[in-house]
Amino acid sequence: MSEKPASRDPAPYSNPYLAGIGLGLVLLAAFVVVGRGLGASGAVSAAVTAGLHAVAPDHAHSLEWLSGRLAGDERPLKDWLVFEGLGVFLGALVSGLLARRAFVTVEKGPRVSTRARLAGAFAGGALMAIGAAFAGGCTSGQALTGGALLNLGSWAFMLMVFAGAYAVAASMRWQWR
Amino acid sequence: MMAPLLKYGVFGSETSLVFAFLIGLGFGFALERAGFGSARKLVSQFYLNDLAVFKVMFTAIVTAMLGVTYLSWVGVLNLSLVYLVPTFILPQIVGGLVLGAGFVVGGYCPGTALAATATGRLDAVVYGLGLYAGTFLFAELYPVFKPLHTATPMGPITIPQYFGLPYGVVVFAVVLMAIGGFAGAGWVEKTMASRRGTDAAAIAATRE
Repeated sequence: MSEKPASRDPAPYSNPYLAGIGLGLVLLAAFVVVGRGLGASGAVSAAVTAGLHAVAPDHAHSLEWLSGRLAGDERPLKDWLVFEGLGVFLGALVSGLLARRAFVTVEKGPRVSTRARLAGAFAGGALMAIGAAFAGGCTSGQALTGGALLNLGSWAFMLMVFAGAYAVAASMRWQWR
Repeated sequence: MMAPLLKYGVFGSETSLVFAFLIGLGFGFALERAGFGSARKLVSQFYLNDLAVFKVMFTAIVTAMLGVTYLSWVGVLNLSLVYLVPTFILPQIVGGLVLGAGFVVGGYCPGTALAATATGRLDAVVYGLGLYAGTFLFAELYPVFKPLHTATPMGPITIPQYFGLPYGVVVFAVVLMAIGGFAGAGWVEKTMASRRGTDAAAIAATRE
């Protein structure tokens, strides 16, 4: 611990209220420009559809939940959320580089092995995908977007996200402490 | 009325993909600025040490909600043309619980995992593989999940419509709730910091 932080140290994060206003204005721009909100899990569905379609096209068409993404020109990656996702990647990278927060690491608590943390990450991702599939969207497409539009189902979803997270937090402390 | 621009034919759907990229840039930048490229920062919300997730989310919701409400009142934005995801209340409650659990187990949600992947977090890369696996599983087992997934359809419906309240009243109530929530969040952080008694945490809590 040096008294004066070296200039190579990661910069502190933004004030949460300022970051929130910025995020809100981006969301508002999406409503005004294209008449829809933000999203993320939909881009994953598009990528899975594209992968399945490349490997086993007939099988991809037979999957009721994904086959709608193959309607028309059969190009599931030509999707609004896929292009938005490319932007998210680049936008986060630019912000991280500017603040010296972009570096290769594994986010975990000090007492958990990397292998166990990566297993948790994989399991959490799978759970999250199934939850988002049931709900018709994730924290972006439902909670944030539907929250701002006072969407009934989105608000119910958002309360349940916090409830589900707090319910398992104690049992997952080993990953973070 | 002139917005949503796409719906009023100001540009076509091909051009809207360019806007998708630009809006994504802003989204990713804001997420990383907020610290949401870090799983530890995100899950701190659920251990009550750092309630940035709540603060950022609700500030964003209130900002966008007030913007939409105002632009619709002055006649610039036709709110009926903004896509409202239809409500399926039961699968959304179940999905929310599962997704919330996945948030603490995995450390990210899909959007923040993308921001974290961009900034080198390997756990976010693995989390992304989990997302693909879960999505694949849901698609393959859809006949099993379909009865719940399609249960209790209520159509596109807002809180004001469902409860028969004026739109402005609900907007005002959400703003009040958010202000109360922000005050409560500050109090929780200070209490948790003093309970831990660590200087670093106390500094973090008073920095706001």
